[in-house]
Order: sequence, then C-alpha cells, then structure tokens
Amino acid sequence: MSFLDMDERLLDLVDKVDLVYSPIMDVKEYPEGVDVALVEGAVANEDHLHHARLIRARTRLLVSFGDCAVSGNVTAMRNPLGSAEPVLERVYREGVDLNPGIPREPGIVPPLLDRVRPLHEVVPIDFFLPGCPPSADLIWFVLTELAEGRAPDLAGKLKYG
Amino acid sequence: MAQRIVIDPVTRIEGHAKITLHLNDAGDVVEARFHVTEFRGFERFCEGRPFREMPALTARICGICPVSHILASAKAGDALLAVEIPEAAVLLRRLMNLGQIIQSHALSFFHLSSPDLLLGYDAEPSRRNLLGLAAAHPDVARQGVRLRQLGQEIVETLGGRRIHPTWAVAGGVDEPLSAEGRDRLRAALPEGLQTIRHTLDWYKRALGTHQEEAQSFGNFPTLFLALVGPDGGLEHYDGRLRVVDAEGKVVADQLDPARYQDFIGEAVEPWSYLKFPYYKPLGYPGGIYRVGPLARLNVASHCGTPEADRELQEFRCLGRGAVLSSFHYHYARLIEILFALERAEQLLDDPRITSTEVMAHARRNRLEGVGVSEAPRGTLFHHYKVRPGGLLSRVNLVIATGQNNLAMNQAILQIARRFVLGERLTEGMLNRVEAGIRAFDPCLSCSTHAMGQMPLRVQLLGPDGMLRDQLVRD
Repeated sequence: MSFLDMDERLLDLVDKVDLVYSPIMDVKEYPEGVDVALVEGAVANEDHLHHARLIRARTRLLVSFGDCAVSGNVTAMRNPLGSAEPVLERVYREGVDLNPGIPREPGIVPPLLDRVRPLHEVVPIDFFLPGCPPSADLIWFVLTELAEGRAPDLAGKLKYG
Repeated sequence: MAQRIVIDPVTRIEGHAKITLHLNDAGDVVEARFHVTEFRGFERFCEGRPFREMPALTARICGICPVSHILASAKAGDALLAVEIPEAAVLLRRLMNLGQIIQSHALSFFHLSSPDLLLGYDAEPSRRNLLGLAAAHPDVARQGVRLRQLGQEIVETLGGRRIHPTWAVAGGVDEPLSAEGRDRLRAALPEGLQTIRHTLDWYKRALGTHQEEAQSFGNFPTLFLALVGPDGGLEHYDGRLRVVDAEGKVVADQLDPARYQDFIGEAVEPWSYLKFPYYKPLGYPGGIYRVGPLARLNVASHCGTPEADRELQEFRCLGRGAVLSSFHYHYARLIEILFALERAEQLLDDPRITSTEVMAHARRNRLEGVGVSEAPRGTLFHHYKVRPGGLLSRVNLVIATGQNNLAMNQAILQIARRFVLGERLTEGMLNRVEAGIRAFDPCLSCSTHAMGQMPLRVQLLGPDGMLRDQLVRD
C-alpha cells in the first residue's frame, strides 16, 4: 500500500527500473537474476520460509521491508503463547458454530511455524527499512538511490511504527 | 479423465490464496475451491491487551482497509465506555471512512481489475497490470492513481498519515479538522468527481462487451446483507442491518448489529484458513449471502445523493429484483465512489465539521461491546469482552471478505464450468477464474507479507499420474 502511495511517481518509476515481480502483476514465478527485492512480512509459515530462501537465492540486494519483516512486529505477538496450536485452537475450534477443526489440508494450507521470525533470522539481509509502513517518500528515495547505483544513506531517516 | 488444476498464487488481489479445480473423467469441472493460505490469529493474541490499544493493533490486520478496523474497533470501544460521542467526531469518522472507500475502490478498479477490462483477459500476462495499462491507456491509469490519491489525502488530512492512522479511538477522535484542511480537501473533490463521472460513462458503454463475463462471474441467487440508515438509505458507518433476497425482497430489517451472533454463524472447512459465515436462519451452506458494494446497492432503498441516486436507478435495470452477477461489483464500486465524493462534499460543507469538540472522556462502563461499520468490502464486526480493569478476555472479528467466502467459491465453480476446458488449457481461461475472485475484491490480510509467492504451475495429470499438459506462467 505504501508502495502505491508513491502515487504518480509510480508511473515514473518504470523509466528507472523494470518491475519484474509484484502482487500487482500476474508474474507467478519469482525470476532469476533480480537486482533488488523489497520483502515485507514476518516469516510465519512454511511457505514464507520457502519463498524467503528462493528470493534470497535469486536476488542481489534484499531489503527487509517494514516492521513485520524487520522485527516480527504484530505478527510475532503470538510467540509468547508458546506455539501455533493454542492460537489455531481458539480460532477454529472455540470460535465457530459449525464444523470446528483446524484447517490442515496437505499441500494446500501451509502449516504455521511455531515461532514467527523476522526475515533476517532466516536469510541474510542487505538493507533494513523499518516502518509500519515505511513512508512512500522513503521508498522512493531508496529505490531511486539504488537505481543510480548508490547505497542509500538512511542515517536519521529510519523509524519504527 | 479426472484432473486437478491448481492456480497458485491468485494475483492482483490483496493477500494470499490458491484456487483448485477438479475435473471429472469427462473433463467437466465438478468442484472449485478458493483457499486462503494466510493466518495470524489476532483473535487470540489480542486477548489480554487493553481495549484502548485495539484500533492501532487491529489496523495492522490490513494495509488497504486499516481505517475500517480502526473505526469498528473505536466503535466497540465507545460501547465499552457506554458514551455517545460528540457530533463532530461522528462526522469526521464518516468522512475518513468515505476517504478510505474512495481509495480502496479506486485501487480495486483501476490498479487491479481494469487491466482485465481494458487490455483483455487473454492479454499477454506480463503486460496485464497497471504499468501495461499506463502504456496502453495513460489517461485512465493516471486518473485512477490520482483518484486513489484523493481518498488517501482525506485519510491523511484527518489522521496525520495515510496508513494506520491511530486517530479514531474509544470516545471519539484525537484531532479535529482544521479550516485549512477542510478547504484543501474541498478544493480537491471536483477533479475526483470529474474522473468518476467520466469512468462511469466509459464503463457503462463497455459493459456490452463483457456480457459473457457478466453472465457467468458469480451470477446466482443469494441473500445480501448490509447496514442501512433509519430510512433504509445507503449507510457505511452506523445504522442497522438489512437482509434482502434475490428478488430484492426484504427478509429481515433493522436488525441490531450488536446481536450479529443471533443471525450469523461461522463454519470451518479444512482446506482454507478463511472461515465461512452463513445466515443462520437458512443454515449452512444454504445461508449463503454476499456483502460489499453490490450487496449495499441491492439492500439500500436509495443512496441519498443526487448523482448516485440517478446511477442507482440505472444500475437496478441490470436485475429483476436484486442485481445478481458478482461481475457488477465493479459497477457498484464506481457508483459508491461517486456517492462517497458527493457525501464528502456535503460533510465538508457542514459547519459542524470543524468543531473542536471531538472526544467523550469516560472510563470503561460495560464489559462487552460490539462495533460495526461498512468496510469497502462489506460489513465488519468487532466484538470485545473485557475484564473490569479493561483487559480483553475475548475478541471476535467477523471480516467482510469472509462473508463472501461461500459466494466466491460458488463463483469460481460457475466461471470454471463456463470457461475452463480440460483438454486444452490456456492462461486466459485461468485468468478469468482469478478475475471472478478480483470482482469481489477480497482482502485476505496483508501485513504478514505480500511478496514472495509460489509460481503458477498448472499440471494436468492422468489417473496414472502421467503429465498430460502443463502450463507455467512467468
């Protein structure tokens, strides 16, 4: 969303970079040889873990993007409960009127990890961009600096929340 | 020959999902399922938190519609305080909700779905997105981006930031609207109105070319549920619930939303993290109902603003009774943007809007509270129980998109039966199935992470497990 909040700058972005993979596009396989990836979200289930590793392997510069990726943030609030089970129990057994049961269809519903982890715990990270969300101006700054081949100087620009 | 087709991930939607299609020996689609693959568990880990934290916490459920959660949560907080909040706070919350509806509907229509509508379902997948749209129809893309920006500017002007503004709280809102802010927003509305009039104009002219999709994209009888005002008018922030059937007849009216558990049940299926709400009097799954823009326009007696009311009359000609095709969610979304802009204009012209009396101060006075509002995608319920000190002991959230779960599943079955031919798959066939889901504009919760997804690889396997056909989209 904050990415889209770059507003009309989005339309200028295409002159500077090739957007090769994104939820707003129909490209379904993460391509090889990607220069920069912004990866948001904490690592909460087995699919996330798989994707994080795949993206790392195919990307030169990986940006841990947003508070959930950087620290686990709200997503990790279930960690003190011990494992994923009590959370699933509460939502799918206690809180329903019909067919109580935890969704677990193999190969379809990805199993949760017992602990939600920030992205840097599962793959090496090149840049951290905290914020919930990082502002559109900051995203624009980082992308345009990287497109010019410069490492963005983020001193004094970063904040959580 | 029996086959299973998996679309993974569904793209140009909010959140994470797969679709599976099962074909029988004759190659006919016999089952279609929409699987939501994300789960975070807010209902459990929010227990034990102070209820006043909840607007900020539950905003993190979603980056597209955080305002909906903030408002429903603040309203549940109002109920716990047992206060009537100041008039200006109500007007300001309404205005922010309208801003969010404008931005969210613009995002759904222009950024996510218009590539299908304007470039074609069978267009080259690498081009079939906002940037491809910008190349082929630069004016439409820019207008869409600017319309969404206008909605976000309303949210930002009121709440200080565009995403997760922690501004509406139990008892009212934190900051009043300055005269300067009001004037700036007022001056921005005419361009939005011009854009939406123009968009409705070309969209209605193009409808004829989408007849096949309109007939098969979730076109079936269901109930529809939404809030209405005391006079039955279109309502997004307050009011009571009305249910209408496929003929447009009122089945239940002025239901107290705080008693939602009397008439809405929730079921679970083992193949999706998204629950399946149903209308209890008709049971499961017979109590299938739809919420969101299409439901609101089917349920409301009128919009209450002049231009939207004229559009509503024309819209109603699409159905005998209720408008049944989920394809017309797009159209309903455009009419709601028009309504939101007209209503925003009225609110900004109301002298009470800049009142500085925006907060009712109170301690917790009740142990249970329900907050309900219309999110862009439909009716949203936040239900809290607290201990005397104000820490939450129970949280139940019924999210708009969940209530369309039964209908989304039925829709993709209808689309797949119409368009998917097992013998020779094309990418465009599968994109139509996805486009049917896009029409509902589901919001599958985004903050876990919205990038890093599986490739689409569709395989047709024979009963012997041998690969018969394969499709990889990249």
